[in-house]
Amino acid sequence: MPQIVQETRRHWMGVLARANLADIEGCWEGEQNGIVYDFLRAPETGLVMVQGRAGGNGQRFNLGEISVTRCSVQLPDGVIGHAYVAGRDKRHAELAAAFDALLQIPVRRQEILSRVIQPLADKYNAAHDLRSRKAAATKVDFYTLVRGEDAA
Amino acid sequence: MYVAVKGGEKAIDNAHQYLAEERRGDTAIAELSLEQISEQLSHAVSRVMAEGSLFDPELAALAIKQARGDLIEAIFLIRAYRTTLPRFGYSNAIDTAQMALDRRISATFKDLPGGQILGPTFDYTHRLLDFTLAAEGLGPAPAKEAEDTLEKDMPRVLELLNNEDLIEPALPTGEMDDAPVGDLTREPLEFPAGRDLRLQNLARGDEGFILSLGYSTQRGYARNHAFVGEIRIGEVAVEFTPEELGFSIEIGDITVSECETVNQFKGSKKVPAQFTRGYGLSFGHCERKVIAMALVDRALRWKELGEDMVAPVQDEEFVLSHSDNIQATGFVEHIKLPHYVDFQSELELVRRLRANTLEEEDQMEAAE
Repeated sequence: MPQIVQETRRHWMGVLARANLADIEGCWEGEQNGIVYDFLRAPETGLVMVQGRAGGNGQRFNLGEISVTRCSVQLPDGVIGHAYVAGRDKRHAELAAAFDALLQIPVRRQEILSRVIQPLADKYNAAHDLRSRKAAATKVDFYTLVRGEDAA
Repeated sequence: MYVAVKGGEKAIDNAHQYLAEERRGDTAIAELSLEQISEQLSHAVSRVMAEGSLFDPELAALAIKQARGDLIEAIFLIRAYRTTLPRFGYSNAIDTAQMALDRRISATFKDLPGGQILGPTFDYTHRLLDFTLAAEGLGPAPAKEAEDTLEKDMPRVLELLNNEDLIEPALPTGEMDDAPVGDLTREPLEFPAGRDLRLQNLARGDEGFILSLGYSTQRGYARNHAFVGEIRIGEVAVEFTPEELGFSIEIGDITVSECETVNQFKGSKKVPAQFTRGYGLSFGHCERKVIAMALVDRALRWKELGEDMVAPVQDEEFVLSHSDNIQATGFVEHIKLPHYVDFQSELELVRRLRANTLEEEDQMEAAE
């Protein structure tokens, strides 16, 4: 897969993994083409050990695990879609894998990116921005009191 | 020695049924939902995730409900559950410099690039009971929103010192970044343990135990003069590289708490005078835990820094062997289970010893 597509794929897989199920279901209902796929790997829940680094950027260590559900599907024309999604929602992993497969078909890509991925990303970013603005409202403004002898 | 006993099945079944009814409590009161627990008791959920060593807020909420709010019991349930799942692999190391911040403070520098962000903190509250919370239906005023989001680039506070070469580097020179990382869930703990294993152990260790050990360093048992260089709380992406893809993808976000301490260090035969570091990291919103963890991490580094071992907090065998509350509660609580055969033999022994003593006394009296 060309590098540029791999970067785009990283992006859409990240967006699909973070989206909530109801939103992805809603997008899937928009697929009115009678898409069929087979499971290469039925949805399966397992664990990924999350690593951190001492000091944030030093020696690696194992922090603890996260539950993850994965799924792989194959379209009739042989295209394979994968998903690894935090949490235990099997349907989420299935639909993320199905979209990953469809997005690899060049003629479908642009349409799905704009109809599905962009709105999901926008929603995620909006929620993050709101949180960030609430945090920003708690930013401390330090000031130094003017002392008597300094006052003009 | 514990010898199995048989019988009591009916009593046990009835006890568990009784437990279920007591857990539910008065049915005239609405039942707790998992969403209520994860939304409104989020610090309890954080602690269960951190010490259960599994990031899954919904499961942690279920465990808290099932355990009737007994957090160690809930942690036990989570630890047991994780053993039923396959391991897909290890993530890339999370990048806490890229954290979407809820909170970021420093006790060492007033003016930081990016600023000090208090976030949703208990700090500076008056710790007075708020009776408006006892009245249902009174929602809080919405949180204030600033015009702009936080700056994207928030440099690590300790890197400011690193630029002046006044603090040890986070990755000691000569240390390989691709060095294998020990995993307590795979191999039993052996001593001496590397810092990787120590940090893993402390991250899943009991908050109360770590807190008390951290406190002991402040009271003079292996004092290490800590300042909080930086605390960060927020979300980071988890990246994983599936074999079938061959490149890394983001699989979701996790909330973490991080603390870096700056510790005074006057130098030793091995190391020049400079500031040193302690590090704490945990799942969820666990600020107290990560501050204490950083103190303990720093104390456990005595050997590498050429310090003297003078206090329990520096004794890694003592600290790491007793930090796990599931191991601890398993061993402490097991003595309540039937030890009838065991005790019978002890009883026999004491009776025999006493009988022997009495016999000897009788013989002495007779001899006199």
